[in-house]
Amino acid sequence: MVTRIDRRMAKLKAEGRPALVTYFMSGDPDYDTALSIMKALPKAGADVIEMGMPFSDPMADGPAIQAAGLRALKGGQTLVKTLQMAADFRAGDNETPIVLMGYYNPIYIYGVDRFLRDAIASGIDGLIVVDLPPEMDEELCIPALKAGINFIRLATPTTDDKRLPKVLQNTSGFVYYVSMTGITGSALADTGKVAAAVKRIKGHTDLPVCVGFGVKTAEQARIIGANADGVVVGTAIVNAVANVLGPKGEKTADPAEAVATLVSGLSQGVRSARLAAAE
Amino acid sequence: MDQPATPNSFRTGPDEQGMFGIFGGRFVAETLMPLILDLERHWNEVKNDPDFKAELTDLSTHYAGRPSKLYFAEGLTKHLREVSSAKGLGGGAKVYFKREDLNHTGSHKINNCLGQILLAKRMGKKRIIAETGAGQHGVAAATVAARFGFPCVVYMGATDVARQSPNVFRMKLLGAEVRPVTAGHGTLKDAMNEALRDWVTNVEDTYYLIGTAAGPHPYPELVRDFQSVIGIEARAQILEQEGRLPDTIIAAVGGGSNAIGLFHPFLDDKEVHIIGIEAGGRGLDGIEHCASMNAGAPGVLHGNRTYLLQNADGQILDGHSISAGLDYPGVGPEHSWLRDSGRVEYVPILDDEALEAFKLTTRVEGIIPALESAHAIAHAVKIVPAMDKDQIVIVNLSGRGDKDVHTVASMLGMEI
Repeated sequence: MVTRIDRRMAKLKAEGRPALVTYFMSGDPDYDTALSIMKALPKAGADVIEMGMPFSDPMADGPAIQAAGLRALKGGQTLVKTLQMAADFRAGDNETPIVLMGYYNPIYIYGVDRFLRDAIASGIDGLIVVDLPPEMDEELCIPALKAGINFIRLATPTTDDKRLPKVLQNTSGFVYYVSMTGITGSALADTGKVAAAVKRIKGHTDLPVCVGFGVKTAEQARIIGANADGVVVGTAIVNAVANVLGPKGEKTADPAEAVATLVSGLSQGVRSARLAAAE
Repeated sequence: MDQPATPNSFRTGPDEQGMFGIFGGRFVAETLMPLILDLERHWNEVKNDPDFKAELTDLSTHYAGRPSKLYFAEGLTKHLREVSSAKGLGGGAKVYFKREDLNHTGSHKINNCLGQILLAKRMGKKRIIAETGAGQHGVAAATVAARFGFPCVVYMGATDVARQSPNVFRMKLLGAEVRPVTAGHGTLKDAMNEALRDWVTNVEDTYYLIGTAAGPHPYPELVRDFQSVIGIEARAQILEQEGRLPDTIIAAVGGGSNAIGLFHPFLDDKEVHIIGIEAGGRGLDGIEHCASMNAGAPGVLHGNRTYLLQNADGQILDGHSISAGLDYPGVGPEHSWLRDSGRVEYVPILDDEALEAFKLTTRVEGIIPALESAHAIAHAVKIVPAMDKDQIVIVNLSGRGDKDVHTVASMLGMEI
């Protein structure tokens, strides 16, 4: 089954440039604002959208994404509303792939079968569920694959060559290489090591390899994108939203515009990445 | 959901995937997966290694003071017989306390910490991290870290730092760094999130010394096994002192390590009624309690599937208990399985009831129990008067209450 992710990745490969994968927190700071941010992403040059599903206890996330999730929950966001937001976005864009990213419990409580049915109806293409390693594939990964949704796995510096085949086994869409151990939003890892890791993973799979954790600027996107099939930016986008919110959560500027400005710059970065590789 | 068939033994779990029925498992980020697989490998090596056992037994005996006594609580028994007579029942079972409060560091937590620090040493780890609620586990972790020369960081919710200040000071004296966690309500759940974030960042050299029988496999199993010394001793002691098994055993359940430690060796003694006590807080009607098995639903948090306090969207609720050690919205996965299989009964005790039991035990026994343990005693106070005089109840006195005197004083409107 070919998904929007597969089509988009193939297209970018033909164009000879890496994908810009952008993460935003659905519902941060409220539904309407978040939807306007989502709509702004592809216009500013994002190739794939990762929609954060807020969770009360985001154990693998740093302070920025924790805070964004809490703002979203405070704003009344639920999984039902996140799926609705995806559907609202799809009404105007049937091409940009959407990947839901978050933790398992809200999906488990929603009910796996019901969730997959509603996710497909909302135009969701892939899932990244942080706390479902391959050992728990029966929970959601295999049902998702059967339903035609990509299950995108995280590979990390602790995933050695022995474990990598297990991690890649049921992965589809792309592989998300977490460029360092730690929580989201930490400092960028050594780019030489990242390039070597991407090469190592590519020795085990034909899937595109996107790299995330720590990418904040266009220059970093350009350097990482020289070797990877995609560059994931999350915390920087979430911070762009937080930066235009006042102490009481009031908007001091348009969050969608702030995000668009950042993403446009990052987009220039990935578009010049292969030039960087050729240098 | 179909009820699982009654197994031949309740003591065989977990399976190779770390599951107790549908509960347990390994719901962790990929970064942590190689670490918990490595931990499992080492755990499987040491659990049947006579040298490891000998070293642990030696430390338990000479450092922690085991075996802990099984004490006939004559004062409480007498009091509850008077209550029984006043009700015209003329009964009142004999109450025994398993005196985990007499251990070094003042609670059962040292049992687990000694086991895990030896494991950390064998694995060649260089740094210890831990989470703590009441501070009992933090103190025990800081203690073994000091004893074995490890640097130690303890994550503790900011609310708990405030209400358990004596334990915070003890940890600092022992050389640990206490990092207050302000996320959420600043209690045990938030401390555990932060400890996991530390672990995921410092994967190379850090050993996560979990304090309760929860988290990803193999933690629920290994913590249970280190705590099972409580039940193994209690079972032998009651056979020696009374010549028979008890009718009822009772322990408080937060994450549930003291409870599973007492219960596990008795699980296949079908005649023994086993009761776990959850924190009923201010009552189960609202959200001010921590009775996940009485008022929650199965979900996934902190690496395992278990009963959790959560809303309809799967967001975890904070709960409330007078006792910092019970102030956790989940419970160890084996308890969830024992609940669903019907082997163990789980009942809530309110803050006020625990406080009364705290005062009563102090007065009639000259023992100041931890507020956690006071929950278990409170249930004994409820059921013992209706039992026969020749019946026997064992209550796990999991810790001493010195750490709680400030909390109790403020509940009673006193300043100290």
